[in-house]
Amino acid sequence: MRYYDKLIFELSHPGRTGYSLPASRQYPFFAEKCSSGAAADSAGFATVLPNNLLRGTALDLPEVSEVDVARHYTNLSQMNFGVDTGFYPLGSCTMKYNPKINEEIANHPLFTGLHPLQPAETVKGAQEVIDGLDKALAAITGMKHFTFLPCAGAHGELTGLMLMREYHMARGDAARTKVIVPDSAHGTNPASAAVCGLEIVEVKSGADGLVDVESLKPLLGPDIAGIMMTNPNTLGLFERQIGEIAKLVHECGGLLYYDGANMNPLLGKVRPGDMGFDIMHLNLHKTFSTPHGGGGPGSGPVGVGERVLPYLDVPRTSGFHGNFGVMLRAYAYILMLGKQNVKMAGPLAVLGANYIKESLKDCYKLPIPTVCKHEFVFDGLIDDGAREGKAGATTLDVAKRLLDYGFHAPTIYFPLLFHQAIMIEPTETESLETLDEFIAVMRKIAAEAAEDPDILHGAPHNTPIGRPDETAAARNPILKA
Amino acid sequence: MSGFSYFPHTEDDIRVMLERAGVRNLDGLYSDVPADFIYQGEYDLPDAMSEQQVRDFFEKLGEKNTKLKVFVGQGAYDHYVPAVIPYITSRSEFLTAYTPYQCEISQGTLRYIFEWQSMICRLTGLDVSNASMYDGPSAAAEALRMAVNSTRKRNKVIVSTKLMQNVLDVVKTYLKYPDIEVVFAWDVLEELGPDVAGVLVPSICRHGVIQDLTGYADAVHAAGALLIEYCDPSALAVLKTPAEWGADIAVGDAQTLGMPICYGGPYAGFIACKQDYMRKIPGRIVGQSVDASGKRCFVLTLQAREQHIRREKATSNICSNESLMALWATVYLSLMGPEGLRKVNELSCAGAHYLYDELLKTGRFEEAFPGRPFLKEFCLKPKVDVAVLQQKLLDAGFFAALELDGYVTFCVTEKRTKEEIDALVAVVKEIAL
Repeated sequence: MRYYDKLIFELSHPGRTGYSLPASRQYPFFAEKCSSGAAADSAGFATVLPNNLLRGTALDLPEVSEVDVARHYTNLSQMNFGVDTGFYPLGSCTMKYNPKINEEIANHPLFTGLHPLQPAETVKGAQEVIDGLDKALAAITGMKHFTFLPCAGAHGELTGLMLMREYHMARGDAARTKVIVPDSAHGTNPASAAVCGLEIVEVKSGADGLVDVESLKPLLGPDIAGIMMTNPNTLGLFERQIGEIAKLVHECGGLLYYDGANMNPLLGKVRPGDMGFDIMHLNLHKTFSTPHGGGGPGSGPVGVGERVLPYLDVPRTSGFHGNFGVMLRAYAYILMLGKQNVKMAGPLAVLGANYIKESLKDCYKLPIPTVCKHEFVFDGLIDDGAREGKAGATTLDVAKRLLDYGFHAPTIYFPLLFHQAIMIEPTETESLETLDEFIAVMRKIAAEAAEDPDILHGAPHNTPIGRPDETAAARNPILKA
Repeated sequence: MSGFSYFPHTEDDIRVMLERAGVRNLDGLYSDVPADFIYQGEYDLPDAMSEQQVRDFFEKLGEKNTKLKVFVGQGAYDHYVPAVIPYITSRSEFLTAYTPYQCEISQGTLRYIFEWQSMICRLTGLDVSNASMYDGPSAAAEALRMAVNSTRKRNKVIVSTKLMQNVLDVVKTYLKYPDIEVVFAWDVLEELGPDVAGVLVPSICRHGVIQDLTGYADAVHAAGALLIEYCDPSALAVLKTPAEWGADIAVGDAQTLGMPICYGGPYAGFIACKQDYMRKIPGRIVGQSVDASGKRCFVLTLQAREQHIRREKATSNICSNESLMALWATVYLSLMGPEGLRKVNELSCAGAHYLYDELLKTGRFEEAFPGRPFLKEFCLKPKVDVAVLQQKLLDAGFFAALELDGYVTFCVTEKRTKEEIDALVAVVKEIAL
């Protein structure tokens, strides 16, 4: 990666253009309505639109050529690391390979050229995509049907919680305004609940990292709307008491919400609907191979079981039909998997995680040593190199040092249960050789830390920039050019 | 293993890995899952397809759609897409990257978000923009929540019924559950009172009429509320900006910045605000900083506002947004520049007024809002049977004359040619009065 220090505005040269548009003189509009012949184009607006509706300040956009644009963004891209660049062991993010056929299909003009309000008889193919994907996701998850309006995972959570509230309100059960969230939950869970007007009740994890059923029991009552569960949870552990939990929550009149961020290990093996979940979201940009795009567009379809089905279309959380382009990609992936390959997806992802865990547990602290699912959490280095008067290497240091060796960092300092959390998730698309290389580098970093943690403190050394001053950025925010 | 191209494991690899993992077979990896929950049935999915079969499958589905010449807007505008944009956005370094948490290897993403924020600020005239929202309607809903969070002890908002239907629907949904009182009104200023936190109005109404917002900001501010303007960012190249109208927050959909209509998504919402509300704006924000050696760099900043820090105290839950679509818009605006974007508006405006005049000349329509200014979208009052009109247009390959509030709505972008407009008018002329 090469450092490139330009913003598009800095390439601007007045009078240079990067657009290609037809001449506007084809319409009699300008000829008829403009009095001044030669300057007709620029005078056009002033003649049809009252002056007080027009922009009074100059629009300061870059003036650059098409070549400038192509080069600038190519140069920017070369400071970026993607799944196609290398291994991305980012916990809870399921950075699997993004198949290229998906892109070809999503960019097909017979789909991209459809207006969202076109009459039904002109969008039969698009409707078949939505119906087919709905049916496939229902088969994979054991839910009845999905809504595709949510554009991301958190958007799905919000939509799902709205459904939970609709269910209770329709039954006249207005007092159910609390939702139970485990302390190991993704930050979006409590945030989505708060935005949905629900009060959050936290349930503690036991020493084994699982929701403690005895702690849960006293929380249940007539004010509980439901519980949000991630299973396997953010420690990568399967909540094996889920059957009992579902029974208890349903008995108290609540519903169970499944956070699908961690669905990948269950793909082809376990169905949330069978575990008793009433509502769930999926991240098509995790489990179903669509690209993350540097933070979206994603798609967070919400599936429901029998109880909630009547309300599925009530919440309108986005403007049209959701991120249709993302749905096309996910459907293409599912058709490639088919009923045969789907069965191997989850198990191979789980295999990779356990392989890494067992290969590194003599260098990194493993607080919970049981079999994991798609991801697991280390709690920092066993020997961080701390000596008299010398600070040891932290999780942040390990993460930054990984960048030097050509790997993306794992998720760090999450879940909050451990102070030095390193959350590692390989996926089923990574080969044994890739995992071995990663393991070798992680071991090398552990050895470096034990020998001289300063090597790690200064990392990364080989990236386009070094560690940034984040405090200064927040104290004196510069948010635009 | 199975010879499936997305799984690289050979039988030997699996054996080696199982051995290290300390389990006998793949089922052993699920020993912690109660047997009842292991799915024993066959998944009700089609047989695995080859890549060629998948391509053919979608080709056939695509052919079941009808490609129409689009003369309708209502939140999705068929503008021209320059070839450079998909070329850039399909670069895997952008496409396959995660959220830029590791800034040292994400300067590409962080820089284009910074450019996007800058461009949104320049279009709207406001001070702060975030990294993007899901779409325009959800951005509008979040802006109203932001107004409630920015004004003490006020829990009521006023929403103009002049907004497009999908904006109204999403706003209603978002505010229903946290129990924020929403008053929908045609004349929003009449509803102002001491309990109002925010007022949402469009800069162009659902019927296409450009709004004169003179006096709005003063009235809204006098009542202690925030003015939120829903606008078309493309049109801001020529129309008075939210800052010029005195708005505190601007929202809208960046779809008009060269994004394919794509059956409704992905698009990108934007939200921008005055400096005073910087710490209330939802979502990710990129800021400029320096690295340890003094090099200019860009980082995610002001994260104390965000859901992963605030958890149950959060006022928004957005994390993933529409980053790649923000890149799409940024590349579009770079190509267009001030001159190109103005020309897009000029061509659209000229085409729309031409169509408007020609349709009136057919005698099949009356003016709906005589003398009211419009840009690229307008309504007419039909004097013919609307179902017949729509079907005739459809048969001729046009998507036009969508019914709306007793009118029919049309839209012309710079992508529509004069020949297409003339052909549409010719179809209308054939309809019996």
